[in-house]
Amino acid sequence: MAMIYDLVAQGLQMILVLAVAPFILGVTRKVKARLLRRIGPPLLQPYRDIWKLMHKEAVMAHDASWLYRGTPYLLFATTWVAAALIPTYSTGLLFSWSADLIAIVALLATGRFALALAGMDVGTAFGGIGSSREMLIASLAEPAMLLVVFTVSLVAGTTQLSAIAEHMIHGSVGLRVSLGLVLFSFIFVAIAENARIPIDNPATHLELTMVHEAMVLEYSGRHLAMIEAAAALKLTLYFSLLVCLFLPFGMATGDKSPLAFAIGLAFYLSKIMLLAVLLPIAETAVAKMRVFRYPVFLGGAFATAALAVFLLFVSQGF
Amino acid sequence: MAGESLGTILRTAHRLPVQQPWPRYEVDSTQWLAIGQTIAGGGGDLIGLWASPDSVHLALRSSDFETPCVVSLPVTDGTFPSIGRLHAPAIRLERAIRDLHGFTPEDCPDSRPWLDHGSWGVSAPLGASQEAPLRDPAAYEFLPVRGRGLHQVPVGPVHAGIIEPGHFRFTANGETVVRLEERFGYVHKGIGRLLAGAGFDRAARIIARLSGDSTVAYSFAYARALEAALGVSVPPRAQILRGVMAELERIANHFGDIGAICNDAAFAIAHAHCGIFRERILAVCDRTFGHRLMMDRIVPGGVTTDIAPATAADMVATLDEITPRFAEIVRLYDQTPSLQDRTCTTGIVSKALVDRWAAGGHVGRASGRDFDTRRDCSYPPYDSVPLTVPVFERGDVDARVWVRIREVEASMTLLKAWLGALPQGPVFADLPERSQAAEGIAMIEAFRGDLLVWLRIADGKIVCAHARDASHFQWQLLEAAIEGNIVADFPLCNKSFNCSYSGHDG
Repeated sequence: MAMIYDLVAQGLQMILVLAVAPFILGVTRKVKARLLRRIGPPLLQPYRDIWKLMHKEAVMAHDASWLYRGTPYLLFATTWVAAALIPTYSTGLLFSWSADLIAIVALLATGRFALALAGMDVGTAFGGIGSSREMLIASLAEPAMLLVVFTVSLVAGTTQLSAIAEHMIHGSVGLRVSLGLVLFSFIFVAIAENARIPIDNPATHLELTMVHEAMVLEYSGRHLAMIEAAAALKLTLYFSLLVCLFLPFGMATGDKSPLAFAIGLAFYLSKIMLLAVLLPIAETAVAKMRVFRYPVFLGGAFATAALAVFLLFVSQGF
Repeated sequence: MAGESLGTILRTAHRLPVQQPWPRYEVDSTQWLAIGQTIAGGGGDLIGLWASPDSVHLALRSSDFETPCVVSLPVTDGTFPSIGRLHAPAIRLERAIRDLHGFTPEDCPDSRPWLDHGSWGVSAPLGASQEAPLRDPAAYEFLPVRGRGLHQVPVGPVHAGIIEPGHFRFTANGETVVRLEERFGYVHKGIGRLLAGAGFDRAARIIARLSGDSTVAYSFAYARALEAALGVSVPPRAQILRGVMAELERIANHFGDIGAICNDAAFAIAHAHCGIFRERILAVCDRTFGHRLMMDRIVPGGVTTDIAPATAADMVATLDEITPRFAEIVRLYDQTPSLQDRTCTTGIVSKALVDRWAAGGHVGRASGRDFDTRRDCSYPPYDSVPLTVPVFERGDVDARVWVRIREVEASMTLLKAWLGALPQGPVFADLPERSQAAEGIAMIEAFRGDLLVWLRIADGKIVCAHARDASHFQWQLLEAAIEGNIVADFPLCNKSFNCSYSGHDG
């Protein structure tokens, strides 16, 4: 019975991230539209878009190989698995011991690697440009992300997400300079990874400025539905990760009763909803940056995270 | 080599009395080439080059003359000496002449077709018009680029956004653009053929549709050219109303452009607000003139729609309401570092190039070319008002935005002055019946810069006509503006030029 209960709890977590992801994207679009004095699409539009794309014909280039066809599914699968492994409303779920923070970073990198290859697979100029820019961003964002992981792990003494969250809630963490620095760095990385302004513009129609959109320009139908769903999931994943690492309060830890789960769920949903409102507000205030400024932006994230690691080496007190 | 001055060359040339208001001279091929040398040496501006069934015509502006003038070279054996060989801005115009009229520019450095993509089924539709086999429109030799690590990025003619068709062939080294080559003609509508033989009213409607966003300017230029040919003078009230429409069109388009440039840097808030301003102006135009873009409202002889005093007040109220809000958006533009980082030093065009290409409008004025048709080749109603012409030196995207901002402000001042003191009287003068042949030419400052319309009429009909869009020479400079910039900055440069595809393709 306990086993079934655990399985249900884990299942809920997996379904939850998948179900809520398009809604979160819908919220960011709605808030953005309101800020620009437009009414904006309905909150449920991303679900409808995915549904629509699922029922459309997938048009493919003559030169498309198995890689091109398989990538959307691989991307979706890796993103979903990664998102499902992050504690959202409760720590210590059934699968939470199967992978740690480094594995999640690796899962995301796998998906991106496949997508970059697929972008080049059909041989269009835009796919190549997109893949090249995506790799530029990845090569700058991943080291920063790993330093964030190191810092958090050094503070908590583990790379296990469940254990980190519990440590943040119950341990005497207090206000730490190092955590403040990596929070800053993490947000920069998250913006870059999710192709948001100022790195990339998810709403652009200008093929020459695209990064993520350029890679997937040739996709259509169910393939595009998978990619869109993966993109929505990735945003939710980064929100969840931010909540789990830096704001885990309210999460069910020791008590595994349905009530504790319900409280954890309510806290989780309100926190990611808040982030979904804050993101477009920040985005409205800045313009997209020049491609050659990416290294400055992400280099800043890397330097900040590195500083946090050094501080922790100097003294565990930071 | 500067060559002789145009005044010296044309002193012996035969002046034809048929054209109004600018003089037209008939020259021989020696004089024609001497003029080419002079323009190439900076002794004058080339403002148009076109053909009629019997001649090729070159419109020039020079400090030697009060008004611009036209020189014509009769074409007897289907060829004429190339000006493009001496003066590069003429090359595309000569290629267009070859495609449309079949006249061969001798020694023109570029023998590729320009407007003719091989899908018309005829060659030289305005000339001999003979059946021609269809060619593959995609077969076109782009200029060769040699070097290590270069790759090509073909963009268009179908774009990801809802914009007009045009092909851009980038040669890049990674992100850095080494060369951009444009290819146009996808929206060639055969305006020359449609106009030949058309009645005046029909011709007015055709010319008004050459480029929808400049419809007022085109109608204005057509009306002035025809009025010059017929010797009609327009009532003062109609002249002011024409100015009002032209300035409203300029403001609306500049609002759209300023917003769109910001939007290309993903700064959507400026775009949203400029969109609202533009909409307010278009709504006022609709209320006042019965058409949002004021299409077909300027006609030869005057204007079709008079405005009531209440409407004039309504328009002033709208402008007064927009002014402070626009100032706030300008402040936001100027004080957002992330946006300034994108626009400043991006897509620089040098003063030498805008002078050589005689680029008007925001492209020329952002690079230090102090020219505005409204002031320097003035026409009513601008000849009786003081006009501020903003000129910037930097030549980057930012400067082109600032030219627009200052022009919006200047236009608002003009509009308020005009609307506050509209002269009374009729708004239309009847056109006289005239059967003998005549020619008229007019240059108007559209929101993009100077556009040119030339007409030859006889028996109450258009015999042949030519319209040169304001963006013709600007398109060529766009190729220069992007050089050395990165591929991802092209949309920003392109939007800061905002040239017309439809107007260019004719």
